[in-house]
Amino acid sequence: MPVVEYAGSSIEVNDEGFLVDSSQWTPEVAEAIATGNGIDELNDQHWKVITFCREDAAKQGTPPGLRRISKNSGVNMKELYQLFPKGPGKLAAMVSGLPKPQGCI
Amino acid sequence: MTTTTLDEPTTSGQSTVAETVQEPQPIQRVSIICSKGSLDMAYPGLVMANGARMMGIEAMVFFTFWGLDMITEDKVDHLHVATVGNPALPMMPTMIGGLPGMEAVASKMMKKQMEDLEIPPVREFIEMLSDAGAELYACRMAMDMFKLEREELLPQVDEVLTVMDFYEKSAGSQIIFI
Repeated sequence: MPVVEYAGSSIEVNDEGFLVDSSQWTPEVAEAIATGNGIDELNDQHWKVITFCREDAAKQGTPPGLRRISKNSGVNMKELYQLFPKGPGKLAAMVSGLPKPQGCI
Repeated sequence: MTTTTLDEPTTSGQSTVAETVQEPQPIQRVSIICSKGSLDMAYPGLVMANGARMMGIEAMVFFTFWGLDMITEDKVDHLHVATVGNPALPMMPTMIGGLPGMEAVASKMMKKQMEDLEIPPVREFIEMLSDAGAELYACRMAMDMFKLEREELLPQVDEVLTVMDFYEKSAGSQIIFI
């Protein structure tokens, strides 16, 4: 597994860039992953999504799909695509330090 | 694309192989043709289009023939699972499948299963695709055939296209027919 330097700490990620250990995640790590994926800066709306994803994953045991995020995070579908133009399906989970979502919706 | 260059044999009799392997290019755009209007054939195209958008891939959906039912205001909420002649239901004898009410039962079962998996009803799915930036097009010829007007389609439909328009808009696309 590759190890990358994010915000001064060594973080283990898988081949696709998802954190191997979600507990290694910090807000600084989120910023670093975002920058590496074409998002210049994480704004309040990004943080709403990230906070929801982490809380929901902690409760459900799996990262939420986009429909679930759009219905429960206070950020709607249109906005999700504006926040993560390269594809919110993977990026929302990746920036949140969660594994790749297994759902198709 | 793989380019292999075979060099001259070396003195030891073995050839050296200089290989340049280019990574396969990620898919940039998909065009999905939805031509069936039964409930079980409606979802695959919608899921494929939505999945593309989730990955940041451009997606367009072209609704033609019975696929138009999925974007027709009067029909979208009443799509059914066919219980006669549906190869996915081999356990159901044709005579049973043809009984009154069987389609309704099968459709209800499928809708329930979809709901459990957090898959939205078709109308909501179309809205979701539109919000996700997928382009939604209706087929001109099928509309003429079914005597449908633009006003009878869901508001999320971007445009009515001829098949020639479809190919123009599909430039650089992978085309998927359902």
